[in-house]
Amino acid sequence: MTTPRSIIDKIWDQHVVADLGDGRVLLHIDRHMLHEVTSPQAYAGLAAAGRRLRRPDLTFATADHIVSTENGRTDDTVPGGPEMIRALRANAEATGVALFDLGDIRQGIVHVIAPELGIALPGATLVCGDSHTSTVGALGAMAWGIGTSEVEHVMATQTAILRRPPTMRITVTGTRPAGVSAKDMVLKLIATIGTAGATGYGVEYAGPAIRALSMEERMTVCNMSVELGARFGLIAPDEVTFAYLQGRPFAPAGDLWEQAVDAWRALASDPGARFDAEIELDVSGLTPQVSWGTSPQDCIGVGETVPDPEREADPKRRQAMRRALDYIGLEPGTPIRDLPVDMVFIGSCTNSRIEDLRAAAAVLKGRRVAAGLRALVVPGSGQVRRQAEAEGLDRVFTAAGFEWREPGCSMCAGMNADRVPPGKRCVATSNRNFEGRQGPGARTHLASPATAAAAAVAGRIVDVRSLEGSA
Amino acid sequence: MPEPVNRITGIAAPLPRANVDTDAIIPKAHLLTIHRSGLGAGLFSEWRFDDDGRERPDFVLNQAPWREAKILLAGENFGCGSSREHAVWSLMDFGIGCVIAPSFASIFHENCQKNGLAAVTLDEAALAQLVAVVQATPAATMTVDIETCRVTAPDGREFPFTMEAARRQALLEGLDEIGASLRHDAAMAAFEARDRAQRPWIHALPTA
Ligand code: SF4
Repeated sequence: MTTPRSIIDKIWDQHVVADLGDGRVLLHIDRHMLHEVTSPQAYAGLAAAGRRLRRPDLTFATADHIVSTENGRTDDTVPGGPEMIRALRANAEATGVALFDLGDIRQGIVHVIAPELGIALPGATLVCGDSHTSTVGALGAMAWGIGTSEVEHVMATQTAILRRPPTMRITVTGTRPAGVSAKDMVLKLIATIGTAGATGYGVEYAGPAIRALSMEERMTVCNMSVELGARFGLIAPDEVTFAYLQGRPFAPAGDLWEQAVDAWRALASDPGARFDAEIELDVSGLTPQVSWGTSPQDCIGVGETVPDPEREADPKRRQAMRRALDYIGLEPGTPIRDLPVDMVFIGSCTNSRIEDLRAAAAVLKGRRVAAGLRALVVPGSGQVRRQAEAEGLDRVFTAAGFEWREPGCSMCAGMNADRVPPGKRCVATSNRNFEGRQGPGARTHLASPATAAAAAVAGRIVDVRSLEGSA
Repeated sequence: MPEPVNRITGIAAPLPRANVDTDAIIPKAHLLTIHRSGLGAGLFSEWRFDDDGRERPDFVLNQAPWREAKILLAGENFGCGSSREHAVWSLMDFGIGCVIAPSFASIFHENCQKNGLAAVTLDEAALAQLVAVVQATPAATMTVDIETCRVTAPDGREFPFTMEAARRQALLEGLDEIGASLRHDAAMAAFEARDRAQRPWIHALPTA
């Protein structure tokens, strides 16, 4: 009898190139994604040391963070931006790396295009100089964010130096009520265990409520693994995964596909596999979630009131809560429902895929954005945009008064011109509500695409389930 | 490639706030560069400067003598959030050679090591004592000795810390990590040959 292994154990064991002793190994990297903000210094370091990029065939690049999302955009964006876009182009060209450039239908947010193009695969290791690389763990890949020096290391060696992380299984049970999304599920999870709840762990999400998710919903959940402090989060591949991947441009085809699927079926954690920590969450009574503070763990149900720091026993938490309330401009005890908002942002690698746009459009159909409110919808990729246009979703958005934009990170990070002005309140489908995240002084409320769309219509935070005709 | 670091002696600035994220350490406006240098100007810029670019006098790094700090006394989960290595580059460019905190976010912790920024872990109680000392005697210097794994407070008290052997050695040697990994070239080639046979779909991609 061999010892039962978790999916994380199996992927890890498959990828060890060399044992460095002292608990560290060189782990093979199967796929490396580059973007314009965290790659130029790595390329410069590589060139300065006279080293070559070892596996350009396993490396892919796109520009997403600082690109303009205006229709008819060019390289011009914010000051300093064009230089970065051009550096990426020149570097990719010089090293033979496939680039999904502006104007290419395949361009988009790096974590949206990696699954969409079939670059991310079950059982693969995938890294990118970006913390939300965990998104593609949804396919059963071990995927994590790295810093620029590590990007350079992967460029030169196609390996990363790692210590085996402790493992955690998060089992999600119960049936998610109608009108409640995968985003609400993951926000609730973070609110429950906190932003340090899985610090340093490799997480497997399991259980019936995870199995029941679509592929894109799984990406939303895995996306926010990093908000739990996890190194990565993944979901064992199943028929949903295979159906999603088959036929994608960089996915294996023909005999190779059959061979790959056979191998992927064996990835699931063995019965009795040991995890260093186990957590359970029941989503049966889940309601739409909205954040009230400046940490993703500051989430409450849409029917609840802003918590009171004075009731918090932990003095440090109390202080953090006071500071958050001061920044966000809210009083303890205020119902989060009916809070007036100035802006709505639907996009980001958390919620910019076709199903997210469908969910938002279903709410917006036949409705108008509230007077004076600015609302943006930024598809995650050129392909998402095209698909949405084929389904007529763009017309639903524009008829409602939303701006229909070109793909990119946009107002998630406010690194291009898309920002929330100081003191303004924005309901956003992204993943971080940190101080200044969407622009200096911006006040962010994290929510699902449906909740964001409902807020755009009402001009305030509402329970999307209370809008007539919405499910 | 990082310089070797044996010990850091200097003024220590207290910033004992939990969950200081990399957006705060280096706000995004300063990420629009293809270089590693000059990022100190953006360090904590939204806390250091007001909207008109004037220094906020109440921020610790705007106060003498802390504006000369070489050591930062930080709160738990320091460096959480975005993976931007610019956070480490900006701290170092500002002159910070060591951050002492109860815990570090993992990507930030790795980034520290790759650049030779000493990330030292001390428990909350020890940190609270250090913060109290530097608040009482701001201009006195503190020493962080990587060789002996000891922090010597301005008042002479000593606080031992533990650091993983590999991290400590990397700091002491100013390790060229990529150079070291490249020495495993034979193992890499062997892995690739084996893996191509086992998982051909990973290595034989359709071309774009
Ligand atoms: S959409 Fe936001 S979280 Fe995702 S990669 Fe872009 S900036 Fe990062």
